[in-house]
Amino acid sequence: MPHPFRDVAIAGVHNTVQARSLPDHDSTSIALVGALGALADAGVSPQEVDGVVGTDCAQIVLELGLGPCARRPTSLGIPALLDAAALIITGQCRVVLVAAGGAGVHLDRASTAPWTRPANELVVGYGLFTAAEFALMARRHMLTYGTTPEQLATVAATIRTNGHLNPDAVYFGRGPFSPGDILESRMIADPFHLLDCATTSEGGCAIVLVGSERANECRAPVWILGGASDSFGPAYSVAPVWDFQPRVDGPPVGLVGARAARMAFAMAGLTPADVDVAELYDPFSFEIIRQLEAFGFCRPGEGGPFVEDGNIGTGALLPVTTDGGTMSYSHPGINAQQLQRVIRASEQLRGSCRTNQVDRAEVALCSNGGAGALFCDVLLLGRTRP
Amino acid sequence: MSLLLPQPVGIPAPLPSLHSEAYWSGCRRHQLLYQQCGQCGYRGLGAFTVCAQCHAASPVWEASAGTGSLYSWTVVWRPPSPSFRVPYAPAVVRLDEGVWMMSAVIGCEPEELHDGLRLAVEFHPASDEITLPYFAPARGGAAH
Repeated sequence: MPHPFRDVAIAGVHNTVQARSLPDHDSTSIALVGALGALADAGVSPQEVDGVVGTDCAQIVLELGLGPCARRPTSLGIPALLDAAALIITGQCRVVLVAAGGAGVHLDRASTAPWTRPANELVVGYGLFTAAEFALMARRHMLTYGTTPEQLATVAATIRTNGHLNPDAVYFGRGPFSPGDILESRMIADPFHLLDCATTSEGGCAIVLVGSERANECRAPVWILGGASDSFGPAYSVAPVWDFQPRVDGPPVGLVGARAARMAFAMAGLTPADVDVAELYDPFSFEIIRQLEAFGFCRPGEGGPFVEDGNIGTGALLPVTTDGGTMSYSHPGINAQQLQRVIRASEQLRGSCRTNQVDRAEVALCSNGGAGALFCDVLLLGRTRP
Repeated sequence: MSLLLPQPVGIPAPLPSLHSEAYWSGCRRHQLLYQQCGQCGYRGLGAFTVCAQCHAASPVWEASAGTGSLYSWTVVWRPPSPSFRVPYAPAVVRLDEGVWMMSAVIGCEPEELHDGLRLAVEFHPASDEITLPYFAPARGGAAH
């Protein structure tokens, strides 16, 4: 049976300038800058686009004059990319744009970013926000496996140093960081110090997908080898319980993404050992340790020692989040920040990263979400058509 | 010393929804309620209208003894908005009835929090309409 994603490719990617604040933009206008950049990168004219995916898709259709055009307004991040691929595979579209942006959203700087503190009735009165939700998952792992704050800090130091080296990162030049630097930063939500947490920023980005015939005209197509997503329910609505197991014989919430990873690897005919670089979604340091276990890069409980043994840095066994991620590169709201993992993985496979380029990367894994949010998406990309 | 305290009135308070009204009414009269399926007895996470196991649409509210154990916690020093007083300790509590619930621990120092700490419910107002269940260490086995 032919590979399900054989006839679709990523033809272009683009990140706009990312900054703490982009006062001349709102979310749609910076998404449009990303869209035009990705189309230029792909060598595709805007007039060729016949599908737009993302929460701003209708406005993008209007502003780029694309109507009549297919739309998918409800998906984000990796699911958005998979929906875009499906539009092409099923013949509904020939060229699909996935675009996202965040700007002018986080205006009350006395509070954390609005997307970190949804006001759901069972959590809002307890001052829950994303850092606390993910901390409740990290605590269970620390109690169960003896994972240490130093191991968490090793993750943050690695990713933040990646951002320190990256001239495009919002926090370029702020390091390098040692685990001690992370542990010395002020406590936010124990066990997370300030530098264990994602930053907040503004920016846009986009990805262009085309059919395989059109991809042959592109200079560096990237191929989808596998993808899947896991959800256990709405994010930040009920208690985040590692051991909650809704299916009688199923996995607990703490392993969200494990099923998605198994499905993605099975679709690709690959194993974790085949992955050259992992552009993991890094809302908080612990989440990287959890994903390494859930995706099968190490066994349950071994994520802490795995990172402490130096396996996730540049030139190591599995370089992780090589642009600096949401901790240091950019974290511009729930839309763009998830697609940016896919963009960085694509750049690694094209060999076009300005910093931390992994030599001859053939297979990249990227992820979205995390246990504190009850969802996790996994995508495997490759340099060779499946 | 940083004794964990209930939050002052004026924090962003929960807005009850159609299917959670009974829960918040119980809190107002200082009674902790949990839901279970009227058919199979399954106890889920949060308020539900259909059982996640047998899919019967007949959940019932039961009164909890108000005691449980600490399952996970964090101590927050940078709140999501300035109305919260720090430090505070959001916590997942495993009620003795087997239900996990979101709450916060009060009445002790952050250093006293540990896995399995025995807890008892206490009620404190968050607004004119909303009373929140908190949990404090169970002293000498006496439930609040």
